[in-house]
Amino acid sequence: MNLVLHVWRQKNNSEKGKMVRYEAQDINPHMSFLEMLDVVNERLIQKGEDPVAFDHDCREGICGACSLTINGRPHGPERGTTVCQLHMRHFKDGEEIYIEPWRAKAFPVIKDLVVARQAFDRIIQSGGFVSVKTGSAQDANTILIGKDTADKAMDAAACIGCGACVAACPNASAMLFVAAKVSHLALMPQGQVEKQKRVLNMVRTMDNENFGNCTNHYECEAACPKEISVDFIAQMNREYLHASINEKR
Amino acid sequence: MKLDARIPAGPLAEKWDKRRFDAKLVNPANKRKYKIIVVGTGLAGASAAATLAEQGFAVESFCYQDSPRRAHSIAAQGGINAAKNYPNDGDSVQRLFYDTVKGGDFRSREANVYRLAQISSSIIDQCVAQGVPFAREYAGYLDNRSFGGAQVSRTFYARGQTGQQLLLGAYQALERQIGLGTVKMFPRTEMLDLVLVDGAAKGITVRDMVTGQISSYAGDAVVLATGGYGNVFYLSTNAKGCNATAIWRAYKKGAGFANPCYTQIHPTCIPVSGDYQSKLTLMSESLRNDGRVWASKLKNDKRPPEAIPEAERDYFLERKYPSYGNLAPRDISSRAAKEACDDGRGAGEAGLGVYLDFADAIKRLGEKTIREKYGNLFHMYAKITGEDPYKSPMRIYPAVHYTMGGLWVDYDLMSTVPGLFVLGEANFSDHGANRLGASALMQGLADGYFILPATIADYLARLKPGAVKTDHAEFRKAETQTGDLVKKMLSINGKRTVDDFHRELGKIMWNDCGMARSEASLKHALQKIPEIRAEFWKNVKVAGANEELNQSLEKAGRVADFLEFGELLVRDALERRESCGGHFRVEYQTEEGEARRDDENFCHSAVWEYQGEGKTPVRHQEPLIYENVHLAARSYK
Amino acid sequence: MAVTGLLLLGFVIAHLLGNLCVFGGPDLLNSYAYHLEGLGPLLWAARLGLLILVLLHITTAVQLVLENRKARPVPYQRYKPVETTYAARTMAASGVIVLAFIVYHLLHFTFRVTHPDISHGLDPHGHRDVYRMVVLSFGDPRVAGGYVFAMALLCLHLSHGFKSLFQSMGWNSIRLEPKLAGISRLLALLIFIGYSSIPLAVLLGFVKPAGALS
Repeated sequence: MNLVLHVWRQKNNSEKGKMVRYEAQDINPHMSFLEMLDVVNERLIQKGEDPVAFDHDCREGICGACSLTINGRPHGPERGTTVCQLHMRHFKDGEEIYIEPWRAKAFPVIKDLVVARQAFDRIIQSGGFVSVKTGSAQDANTILIGKDTADKAMDAAACIGCGACVAACPNASAMLFVAAKVSHLALMPQGQVEKQKRVLNMVRTMDNENFGNCTNHYECEAACPKEISVDFIAQMNREYLHASINEKR
Repeated sequence: MKLDARIPAGPLAEKWDKRRFDAKLVNPANKRKYKIIVVGTGLAGASAAATLAEQGFAVESFCYQDSPRRAHSIAAQGGINAAKNYPNDGDSVQRLFYDTVKGGDFRSREANVYRLAQISSSIIDQCVAQGVPFAREYAGYLDNRSFGGAQVSRTFYARGQTGQQLLLGAYQALERQIGLGTVKMFPRTEMLDLVLVDGAAKGITVRDMVTGQISSYAGDAVVLATGGYGNVFYLSTNAKGCNATAIWRAYKKGAGFANPCYTQIHPTCIPVSGDYQSKLTLMSESLRNDGRVWASKLKNDKRPPEAIPEAERDYFLERKYPSYGNLAPRDISSRAAKEACDDGRGAGEAGLGVYLDFADAIKRLGEKTIREKYGNLFHMYAKITGEDPYKSPMRIYPAVHYTMGGLWVDYDLMSTVPGLFVLGEANFSDHGANRLGASALMQGLADGYFILPATIADYLARLKPGAVKTDHAEFRKAETQTGDLVKKMLSINGKRTVDDFHRELGKIMWNDCGMARSEASLKHALQKIPEIRAEFWKNVKVAGANEELNQSLEKAGRVADFLEFGELLVRDALERRESCGGHFRVEYQTEEGEARRDDENFCHSAVWEYQGEGKTPVRHQEPLIYENVHLAARSYK
Repeated sequence: MAVTGLLLLGFVIAHLLGNLCVFGGPDLLNSYAYHLEGLGPLLWAARLGLLILVLLHITTAVQLVLENRKARPVPYQRYKPVETTYAARTMAASGVIVLAFIVYHLLHFTFRVTHPDISHGLDPHGHRDVYRMVVLSFGDPRVAGGYVFAMALLCLHLSHGFKSLFQSMGWNSIRLEPKLAGISRLLALLIFIGYSSIPLAVLLGFVKPAGALS
């Protein structure tokens, strides 16, 4: 198949970027989207042009590195799918495809389609953990956790930290990312002791990292490759309100 | 090269206690004066960095990804072993130890493996305390599943994302320390050289992957947890960025490289679909708990699997290995699949695949149960292939997955270079010639959470902290050399892309040194690899400049190292004139086609010492002494 | 946003119930208005409270919009949202128009400056003739049309706002979530029907001026 790509090219963080048109010819529909870009890049290199930079690593949908907005949708048109797991068979021959980076103030562009997502790491630093030092744990089976609770916690913990939620949100809000971690730990007995401190610190860090606010569009859930539910945002809001009231007391 | 494994004396079960008791300690007040450099943030690296920081050491942590959370441990699916014996099915430390030694085809160090089995339970405790959402039974107790190479259920899991959840646990512990200021994190920073001062590891040279700046960091010890070298085969289940650069450059600075020929080919991967393919995707081995592996009994059978009647199906694992059946170890299962395909009975267009069939399991347990257990794996399979595995069987084929070889380390996990410690897949320590499923996570975390934090103090306590700074001449030298190498790659401006060279190397490695190796194929590879390497340095085209994010340049450096390392791997395979575990030499097999070990001549680890550019490295031996395990022919029948 | 929104919604519902007195004839409506005004300082306290709520609602909204705009300085060339609704995306616009309407509405019915000719009469009991003012005002199709349009926007605003406040206050749950959008739309629709029924009833002649009754 033949495609026309419009790709965001930006040399570095300080220079302005623009969309550049490329033709991708003889593309095999069984290729993944990133393999298609590999082919385009190989051809660019051979022509002596600068290849398109994009983040990727595991290419099996779990590391969370890949981060392309395709035709206006983070990770492209398929639900519950990272770009690396998106295959060209979902596109039509001759289609024009617009490829852009995650767009958010909190995720500055480093080059082309590569953005910096350290803001997420800083949010985790502020409380996304259970403060247990190595060696101090009791026997694992002394903590009983109902299967339903464990399953629900796992649903939240499945977040791969890719940032598609931020990219998809009309407000570039990071609520789903933060809610997933807050809820995962708040659901588990191990996370109870630090529950209130955690949600307050994580939400405040998020607010300081230039993310927008949640106005409940639920685009995050639709874009999330792990299909994490916005219910966790409600849970986080609950935890946050509770913790803020307790804090004032 | 002196290979002293420093295994503590005394009975097997008491060695680790004894080592910890004999080790020198660092006064708590002095710990912060010692700086430890940790490269890599996978299970081993992240857990080590976090734990060392908790103990009070000053840690600097480096990774090439944009966040430590993305290290490739994250992709491990199936689970983590531990000798908890929660199911009360006869498991014990002794049995986990024995299974691992046997699974490794009697090519690992007894003392190390026993320690691993001892520590396994503490790992689960630690991870549960961190909030890792392991699978639970309805009563709230931890659930276990069985895995290849074991007849007990000792594998703990978190859906099909165990590696992810364990890594996030370690990552969160690491981020906590970063927040406390005890760990300084350097993401998007690639280690390009190890710096030795007076023969001891004192720091590293790195390239900032955003600005291209080459600089150095000094420390009192260097810890490499940089993963395996599976990408030397180009196509593997590793992440695209996985590379051998850190361990290779350490090797060139004097660290012994042990058993590079031990590579594991995983039996359950999604088959290759075309030349453009950039990587292979693993389907967790846990699928073999309920899936049955088969191939047609007829050659060139192009019928769809559903049209092949039961009588014409060959459930070859169940046939050949009745007691382990579909749960035979990885090397054995992979080879059996290859045999079926070599016999012309493979599935799919290219005939490179066998079926993994869930029809029986769905009939027995219901689709809902199967969905609960393997939902995400089925989902992934459907995404990649466009086929529905609930309806028709999956097609699978072996792919390079894990590398048991790595830098040689002693019982303390220190390499032949003083002060250079190596953890996880990057070292050679525990898996011998083949690793059992769900043991990589166990080893990575054992090394990082428990072993290194207990042994490194013994080394540090003998040093004056902070004795070497980056103003030392050795750092300047390393920076200049690294910079020159980068400049050289950018200046060649030839005709072929880096990927093109990588693919060519990978094909040679897979065909000549893959699942089955012969003297002739290995000699062929030994002749071809230097040719490719020579052409690389004349004809490679690397786009862009150094002073920017340059993925083409990053790849070039890694492939250049693979082009050197591949040769060592092949040489090791050639010199090991026996078959064992993941290393199968066609000349050395039984009449039934099983691997034939040569314990008389090869019951040792081969450790390679670098001799300089263009010189043949020297092969040393560390004899493997079995005092507790009877060296038997491995049988899973 | 959620808290002020919820309280304002309370007012919208109470106000609607009051307004519906119009269907009980001039005496009911006028005496309702008479008693309401008879509350004196209490009424003014309530009005002040409402004003503060509106101002708070507006300030947080403005803050939110500004922060959200800042959060994405470089816009997408192509942006295709899939889940969000028209109501959710137009909250700011519907809010501003409803605000403009409220100002007009206050000038119209509370301060009675827009239609002085029909706004100052007394009914036979000596109470202010709110009924006459309402019915004569809505007799003008332009006034009635504007009112219905504003109510439509208000209810669009509410259809997202009501659902949203459950999420923001953390009252949403897996069980509630699938029903919430429906409940929210239904509530908005009921409020719309309630408010719009008055001008429509006047225009269609179901509610007639008091003079026409006798």
